[in-house]
Amino acid sequence: MKRRKFIRNTFLGTAASLIGADIVFSSSMPKNYTPIGLKDPDPYTLFNKDKDMTVLNDKPWNIEAKAHLLDDKITPNKYMFIRNNGNIPQNIDVAHWKLIIDGESVSTPKTYTLQALKSKFKNHTYQLTLECGGNGRSEFNPPAKGNQWTVGAVSCAVWTGVRLKDVLEDVGIKDDAVYIGYHAADTHLSGDPEKEPISRGVPIEKALQEETLLAFKMNGRDIPLAHGYPLRLVAGGWPASASGKWIHRISVRDKVHDGTKMKAPAYRVPCKPVAPGEKVKDADMCIIESMPVKSLITYPRSGAMISQGEKLHIRGHAWAGELEVQAMAYSIDFGATWHTCRIEKPINRLAWQHFNASIAFPKKGYYEVWARATDVDGVSQPMLVPGWNPKGYLNNACHRIAVKVK
Amino acid sequence: MENQGFKNKVKRIYYGLTLFFGLLLILSGGLVYKMVDPSFLTFPNEVETETYVDVVGFDNIENGIHLETGFKDDEGLQTVIVNCTSCHSAKLVTQNRANKEGWISIIRWMQETQNLWDLGTNEVVIVNYLAKNYGIEEKGRRDNLENVEWYDLKN
Ligand code: HEC
Repeated sequence: MKRRKFIRNTFLGTAASLIGADIVFSSSMPKNYTPIGLKDPDPYTLFNKDKDMTVLNDKPWNIEAKAHLLDDKITPNKYMFIRNNGNIPQNIDVAHWKLIIDGESVSTPKTYTLQALKSKFKNHTYQLTLECGGNGRSEFNPPAKGNQWTVGAVSCAVWTGVRLKDVLEDVGIKDDAVYIGYHAADTHLSGDPEKEPISRGVPIEKALQEETLLAFKMNGRDIPLAHGYPLRLVAGGWPASASGKWIHRISVRDKVHDGTKMKAPAYRVPCKPVAPGEKVKDADMCIIESMPVKSLITYPRSGAMISQGEKLHIRGHAWAGELEVQAMAYSIDFGATWHTCRIEKPINRLAWQHFNASIAFPKKGYYEVWARATDVDGVSQPMLVPGWNPKGYLNNACHRIAVKVK
Repeated sequence: MENQGFKNKVKRIYYGLTLFFGLLLILSGGLVYKMVDPSFLTFPNEVETETYVDVVGFDNIENGIHLETGFKDDEGLQTVIVNCTSCHSAKLVTQNRANKEGWISIIRWMQETQNLWDLGTNEVVIVNYLAKNYGIEEKGRRDNLENVEWYDLKN
């Protein structure tokens, strides 16, 4: 342990003397800053993730799946993406964990222990789709800043908890409530204890939906630490950032919640469509609510080679934010013709739906299988990357895989 | 009188400085020795407590890539390492693409909202490095599927 410290303490000194680099403003750098984090433990064992998951960022941890890893109907922990804005809380004391409900729109704030929450209110279980608002960001042109998610920042696990609605009713909320905002135990990357890495929320209507949970179980077990142990919000179908992890306080607000990452440009898109690269004023950015219709081909993995005459069986999932997916189609000729896939009903509202199809190819060669979902309002996924926006949210362009027929 | 007092003061400062630099010399000698022989001044019961972290390798460059961080090797690398890898890993930087204006706006945003410090004259160095090595690549509305790993699918 001592050695680590030795290295930490002398890093700036050694860096400067070895490289001769001039750390001009090192004096304005806070004392406990250590350039280059010391090697963290292997994330795969640390978080029980599959080795094929992609680490986009190791401080803070941001990890995504690949399309073919998401083949399970219920996403197991090992394939579930991790999105963190700050440091994962350490030394969680479950016995003393409390949830405070406060804010302008409660008459009297109320505090619950975890045990009280679990036993006082009826427990409910739903399978809920959580997708990062920035899933697909890597495809925007010009590029949008932030983690460059490809397709794998989506999951659909089974969540067990109590309805936020039941808890809010128990506390008693005023008529002027418009929003709820969460506060959590993660810590800011800069080490500043005054700063919250993220504190978002949802309008009161979403908070009062039956499926909006204060969850303490994921897939039947305690929620893994990286996913919000011991308590998280789950607001399925909305940008996953609305589903705060490590929750210890929920404020019922009489205005739109103004916590970190509620303000523009975070999790907002231009209220009116803009040209690629256009500057957008903060005042012209609107909060993302429901996520758009989308789908993923999870089987086979891209790159499959089959023999002529063989059929290709594809399958995957489709989801549509607050809505249901009505139809699913595939194309092997870049959208010139579309063919219907079978699609199942969701197991409950806000859960993804499973589709499959068997494809015959007319001749040998290189193909791409494109998949396209349509929601109950008749809105489909675009084949091209949709409207550019400064932060690169809501890319729901069709997913596709490469196939060769030999 | 006043002159004498001033001289004394100067002397005191002089001795102080000599002592300071002397100590510094001894300390840095020790540090260099410690780098050459990591077991120097290490107590026996400490030896097995932690594997040695790659400080020795922290400057290694392979194929133009700084191994420890993944940054491209170019003018300004060390300044970027020192200023841009303490809060988050270099991966958050190298994933992104922007021109000078874009990198400046990312820096401003972090200064306004994330406690990033004033970079002073280093800012130009950092921005030049980033815009050159992590600049915008022109691409269309949808890329070709790249890096496909082909395999035989058994039905
Ligand atoms: C004082 C802490 C701190 C330092 C030092 C710092 N950053 Fe950041 N940076 C942050 C935080 C916090 C975020 C947001 C992380 C998140 O929410 O995922 C961030 C995000 C970013 C992003 C993604 C932008 C986005 O919109 O999410 C980039 C790119 C970036 N930093 C580059 C840099 C560069 C280049 C430097 C060196 C000049 C640097 N950072 C130094 C704190 C810092």
